[in-house]
Amino acid sequence: MKLTTTGTALALVTASALALSACAANEAGAPAGGGTATALSGSLAGSGASSQGKAQEAWIATFTAAHPGVTIAYDGGGSGAGRTAFAQGGVEYAGSDRAIKTSELDDPTGAFKLAAGTQPFGKCAAGSAVVQLPLYISPIAVGFNIPGVEKLNLDASTLAKVFSGAITSWNDPAIAALNPGAALPALAITPVHRSTNSGTTENFTDYLAQVAPADWTFKPSGDWPSELTGGEGAAETGDVASILSTGAGTIGYLDASRAPGSTASLKVGDQFVAYSPEGAAAVVAGSPLESGRSGVDLAVRLDRTTTDPTHYPLVLISYLIGCETYADPAKGALVKSYFSSMASPEGQELAAKQAGSAPISEDLRAKVTAAINAIS
Amino acid sequence: MMILMDDTATGGRSAGSFQGKPRPGDRVFAGTALGAGILILVILAAVTAFLLIQGVPGMLADPADAPTTLGQSASFWHYVGPLAFGTVWASLLALLFAVPLSIGIALFISHYAPRKLAALLGYVIDLLAAVPSVVYGLWGITVFAPAVVPIYTWLNAHLGWIPLFAGTVSVTGRTILTAAMVLAVMVLPIITAICREVFLQTPRLHEEAALALGATRWEMIRMAVLPFARPGIISGAMLGLGRALGETMAVAMVLSASGIVTFQLLTAANPSTIPANIALKFGEAGYGLNVNVLIGTGLVLFVVTFAVNALARWIVNRRKDFSGAN
Repeated sequence: MKLTTTGTALALVTASALALSACAANEAGAPAGGGTATALSGSLAGSGASSQGKAQEAWIATFTAAHPGVTIAYDGGGSGAGRTAFAQGGVEYAGSDRAIKTSELDDPTGAFKLAAGTQPFGKCAAGSAVVQLPLYISPIAVGFNIPGVEKLNLDASTLAKVFSGAITSWNDPAIAALNPGAALPALAITPVHRSTNSGTTENFTDYLAQVAPADWTFKPSGDWPSELTGGEGAAETGDVASILSTGAGTIGYLDASRAPGSTASLKVGDQFVAYSPEGAAAVVAGSPLESGRSGVDLAVRLDRTTTDPTHYPLVLISYLIGCETYADPAKGALVKSYFSSMASPEGQELAAKQAGSAPISEDLRAKVTAAINAIS
Repeated sequence: MMILMDDTATGGRSAGSFQGKPRPGDRVFAGTALGAGILILVILAAVTAFLLIQGVPGMLADPADAPTTLGQSASFWHYVGPLAFGTVWASLLALLFAVPLSIGIALFISHYAPRKLAALLGYVIDLLAAVPSVVYGLWGITVFAPAVVPIYTWLNAHLGWIPLFAGTVSVTGRTILTAAMVLAVMVLPIITAICREVFLQTPRLHEEAALALGATRWEMIRMAVLPFARPGIISGAMLGLGRALGETMAVAMVLSASGIVTFQLLTAANPSTIPANIALKFGEAGYGLNVNVLIGTGLVLFVVTFAVNALARWIVNRRKDFSGAN
């Protein structure tokens, strides 16, 4: 007898709790642009670029601390995996070191090899646009290790020749001409590149291909050109950093947050510019958006050939990708709130502190905020 | 010698000499033993089936469908070729260092060292086998690789006319020779343990006969111990080779890989190995046919390992009649 009474009481409590939480979920969906809605709950799954993995960790920790009912999981399995998972409808949002191309958006079934009959971007409502936001901007540094040399100036053409093996010694006239007065030793150059597919490589080769097309004849790619067999291969960013710290005569490109003490300044216009978060944010702010895309698709056409010395053109943009309209409005509200917190000045500061990224400019934030407000 | 050996080689167990009523305990034990034997075959068959089902689509894949793995190769075979070469090349180099050293250590333990020292040494060697491979990798990349750079530079300067030592010396020491030496340290305990056991089983009479005929200790080892132990040494070497072929972490951490085929030992451009390549590429391979391509390379490694083991069996069997071990 007693058992049944407890049972009924329990059932009642559970039912009312369910009803209450259902109310709360509905309410959360309703206020648009409310910033910090009171009672968000539910879960989000994201997948993609490992470059922004550290920033994602920090963003998720802060966001879930403010909204205890929310759980977010980000799986940093690589940009390609993230885009594919998003196209297949496996995750609510993706991180990617490049935006989804317009050709891929036009024919997602073919581009992502979706099974016949599946709706592309399955988490989105049918016909929804895809939101792409440049929320993680990271400068790529060119680190070097030459005993006795602390400052090094390079232009894109020389950099291309060094990495393609056309220049093999540090006292080469081409390098000496850029560094008057520097005591460059007759030391062999060991260029260090990433041996695994990486967004850093893709952006570095894109920079060389854009700025020094005569000396860099390879297509921009996440994989190091297989024709270039010289140089040292390093699996991850950390390996590049450790090689640069031990090997005399090495030079390598890596995420600026992991850069060693000595980094090269790159020639922009007629000046040499050292990497800085401000310079990275400036080049993104100064680049036009890609044309032919929807208003919520903020793919940036990076202008690496800039001649403005306040710009540092060797940057990586990692995008956040989501739907404009989600099939499930509750998920839409969650994504909207989460993306807003990433785009906020505090969110960008947090990523800068935890992951060494460059906070986006106010100008770009205005565009990003408008796009986020369209999410539902 | 041969006659002596045949006379004394009576160590084998003669099976089936007991006749009687089978007891329940016997039946249960026979059943579990049979089950264990079948289980290992089932596991092997399951692994093979997995590799075939998942790997064959990768082997037939169009490079466009597997961009992060086949992106720059014309076909699967162009992709796996340098990897298979690197795997076998690094493992053979490792054996080249490990086998003579192991035989030396094992002989010292079994025939030269005082008993107490031998026990201690055997224990230490076994401990080497218990060190995780990732620790060897860390040691290789932070301590060993920088330390061998001066030796490599010297080799290149003085013996650079030998193609093996030609090319530009890597400034970090992360070359295939370093990887092979780290592998050698890792396979050393297995080979040593097996050689030691085999050396200790040399019939005492053979050794005493050799000494009685006026042989020195070295002559006794050469005439009595080594011929007797040859199949055991080969078996040990093959077990070590198996471990070297499959070793992943240490190679992935130490080697600077660039997917080419070269015999140069000291340069920064080295062929990678199949297991290291799988470990490094798997994280970014989660879409398209990339994973299938990697599993396909695993299938190739499986076949290579099988071939190596079959070859070893054949060598051991061919020499069986002359060695006196059976």
